[in-house]
Amino acid sequence: MIDTIVAPPEPSAPTRQRRARKGPVTYLVRLLVVAYLFLLVAWPVSLVVTHTFENGLDALRTLFEDPDIVHAMRLTVVAAVVATVINTVFGVSVSLLLVRTEFPGKRVLSALLDLPLAISPIVVGLALVLVYGGRGGWFGPTLESWGLQIIFSTPGIILATAFVALPLVIREVVPVLGEVGIEQEQAAQSLGANGWQTFWRITLPGIRWAIVYGVVLTLARSLGEFGAVKVVSGNILGETRTATLAVEESYLNFNQEGAYAIAFLLASVSVACIIVVSILRARAAGH
Amino acid sequence: MSTTTTGWPGLSRPAGSVTLTRTSGIGLGLTMTWFSLLVLIPLAAVIVTATEGGWTNFWSAITNEQTSRAIVLTLLAATAVTVVNVFMGTAIAWVLVRDRFWGRSALDVLIDIPFALPTIVAGLVLLSLYGNDSPLGINVANTSWSVYLAFLFVTLPFIVRMVQPVLESLDLDIEEAAASLGASRFTTFRRIILPSLAPAIAAGATLSFARGVGEYGSLVLLSGNLPFESEVASVRILGAIENDNPAAAASVATLLLVVSLLVIVALDVIQRRVARRD
Amino acid sequence: MSIEIQGVGKRFGDFVALENIDLSIPTGQLTALLGPSGGGKSTLLRIIAGLENADEGTVEIEGVNATQLPPQKRNVGFVFQHYAAFKHMTVAKNVAFGLEIRKRPKHEIKAKVAELLELVHLSQFADRLPSQLSGGQRQRMALARALAIEPSVLLLDEPFGALDAKVRKELRDWLRRLHDEVHVTTVFVTHDQEEALEVSDSIVVINEGRIEQIGSPDDLYDRPANEFVLSFLGPVTQLGDRSIRPHDIAVSPIEISSAVEGRITRWTRVGFEVRLEVTPTDPRFEDRVLVSLTRAEASGLGVGEGSLVWLRPMDGALTLV
Repeated sequence: MIDTIVAPPEPSAPTRQRRARKGPVTYLVRLLVVAYLFLLVAWPVSLVVTHTFENGLDALRTLFEDPDIVHAMRLTVVAAVVATVINTVFGVSVSLLLVRTEFPGKRVLSALLDLPLAISPIVVGLALVLVYGGRGGWFGPTLESWGLQIIFSTPGIILATAFVALPLVIREVVPVLGEVGIEQEQAAQSLGANGWQTFWRITLPGIRWAIVYGVVLTLARSLGEFGAVKVVSGNILGETRTATLAVEESYLNFNQEGAYAIAFLLASVSVACIIVVSILRARAAGH
Repeated sequence: MSTTTTGWPGLSRPAGSVTLTRTSGIGLGLTMTWFSLLVLIPLAAVIVTATEGGWTNFWSAITNEQTSRAIVLTLLAATAVTVVNVFMGTAIAWVLVRDRFWGRSALDVLIDIPFALPTIVAGLVLLSLYGNDSPLGINVANTSWSVYLAFLFVTLPFIVRMVQPVLESLDLDIEEAAASLGASRFTTFRRIILPSLAPAIAAGATLSFARGVGEYGSLVLLSGNLPFESEVASVRILGAIENDNPAAAASVATLLLVVSLLVIVALDVIQRRVARRD
Repeated sequence: MSIEIQGVGKRFGDFVALENIDLSIPTGQLTALLGPSGGGKSTLLRIIAGLENADEGTVEIEGVNATQLPPQKRNVGFVFQHYAAFKHMTVAKNVAFGLEIRKRPKHEIKAKVAELLELVHLSQFADRLPSQLSGGQRQRMALARALAIEPSVLLLDEPFGALDAKVRKELRDWLRRLHDEVHVTTVFVTHDQEEALEVSDSIVVINEGRIEQIGSPDDLYDRPANEFVLSFLGPVTQLGDRSIRPHDIAVSPIEISSAVEGRITRWTRVGFEVRLEVTPTDPRFEDRVLVSLTRAEASGLGVGEGSLVWLRPMDGALTLV
């Protein structure tokens, strides 16, 4: 008898088409929005692309022939990847603590975690210099006496990048973790899984897409960080100059073509990142 | 709220939380150590450095004529841009959720571009249309208008991305109920829809304001950083750092930090109010 | 005895969820923890499973003191109201989970999973994801998953609570048959007295953190220890100064001694049953008496709305003062 029960499709709430009745207001608002976005975003962005390819692929080719630029790009990628790894581990741990445990000060912590989104990157850079600066920083001189230079060096760039992108993974993971609930984890425990097994086999797969979104957004943000990196890096050619700093230098040195080319590369990576995320999200929503 | 919004909806559900075990205690210790080293101690250093010289030094640092002009311009532009965003952001979210036309999903991707684009590139992007070689013949480079333009660009996504999911989750039945009770479309919007969107708009507006106040990268190439004309607070901080005057830099930074903290508190309050309503 | 609970208490802040609970659950039986929502029955079940820690008291499972054991060491199967299906794993993977954790050989796992899926009639769905199953199927998968580890006890927390009435009834019969096949000591929580009466060998009635009564379904229904058990297990009405079940009242159209006199103020027919509402003439008895009769009995009386009748308990009927 029970076998005859047919599996119904996933009980999805009937999504009704939310169409506005089309009146003149609808068309007016649509026109306004399209024009605004075209003038503010679409047209300017497309101009960067056309500027880059004004002389075919020459601009990009020259770019890859300049060892300093190649070094800058490599440094940007390294810093972004390291910062993303740090923020992912930190973000997932903090999310678990925020959603799954109770501790005093939780509310304050969850509010403070948003702080990097609301702080000027220059303030971020200044704050790091004041603590880790080799000359007069709180910890800097001690660390340098141990042979660890942070400011005007790669670790400083990584710290600055990690700071500005700190909340992105958490913001993706926390809501999903709350939504998934703890029943699956408890079921795993009652079936004999220890804490570690439960985390790897149940919790992590449950939040994997949130982590992927968070990582992609963090990566995009990290590759493009400018202000904070400018303060902590010292902008030393061939050493601590990152790709975004190279854009500024090239432009100010009247090498507009070079500036547009690096900008194009950075923009393509970040736009690719958001397109990947939006496709993944759309697919997840479709399931 | 959906996962695309800011805020921590997961936190509003403490059910099933457990008290700290040993493992999570160690985890909390490690994460808090890192968070302190990366964020809390450096920010404390800013405030300490600013206040070391006493109130007079702090006050004279931020009331320095050039600095105060920069601060006023920053706050003014951030406020004006936030007001524009309240209207445009809501309108954009409305079009993205309720309107259907060819190319709408492309608009959806456009919204994220200002957030994803490196700020220095954002400046370059705007310069290409509104700079010296403007195909439109509009040149705002090196004027205070460039600050408004740059803020508009970089703060574009905040309100849109906050309002969009709320608008999506809004029950169409409620609007139909209002209509059946005789409300006109405008009344329905004002009395039924707007109150539901208000917290999201407020949250987006605070974030947009904070972003504007702290903006730097997109202005570097666009505004020329002319004193008394197009210089913003962040640029003054950088100038003080480069002139080896950390106390002055920290003073202005502290002012910005206070704005950021107020924004965070406002967000927290808004989110808790929303959570209670759910 | 399979589960021995002694002196268990649990508080959530000021709220006393359980107070000094002593309970023995015999091996191989199907026991229901019955009571109103918020009465503490689910908390007790979760304490047995180790998902919640008791503030005081001890829990013994199969002679082992389990009070301090974490859930993964207790070897209990737990079935959740909302299935707790591992959404990213297929049905077969869900069932295999506990065995994989125990590092059983692959072929053994495969055989066991196949056997269990057969048992819960889900063999043809082995490769589906939980989201592709109906609620009833998901719950049977959860049951197979819990049984896979060959638990010493099987605990079910409102297992059919999230299902619609028809599926619920089917699963209930099926659980009883399954239990007759596998004989694992089973405890399930329910707030539905019909479910408890129909399925279980013995029922523990829990209310406000305390055990009200333990006994077989017949015991509880026919010999309730107190007013609460009487009223929770079935309909109840006031006849004079006594509580009685409406179907235990004899109705007479002519005056008889030591009976409550009253007038029929309402006559409702529901299928094969006739429900009368009788307003006592004696003003001391304010409540109307509810009487339930079969259709034949009612028509045999030759009375109708407005008639005067005399009510008394049937011979051998249970009444509580």
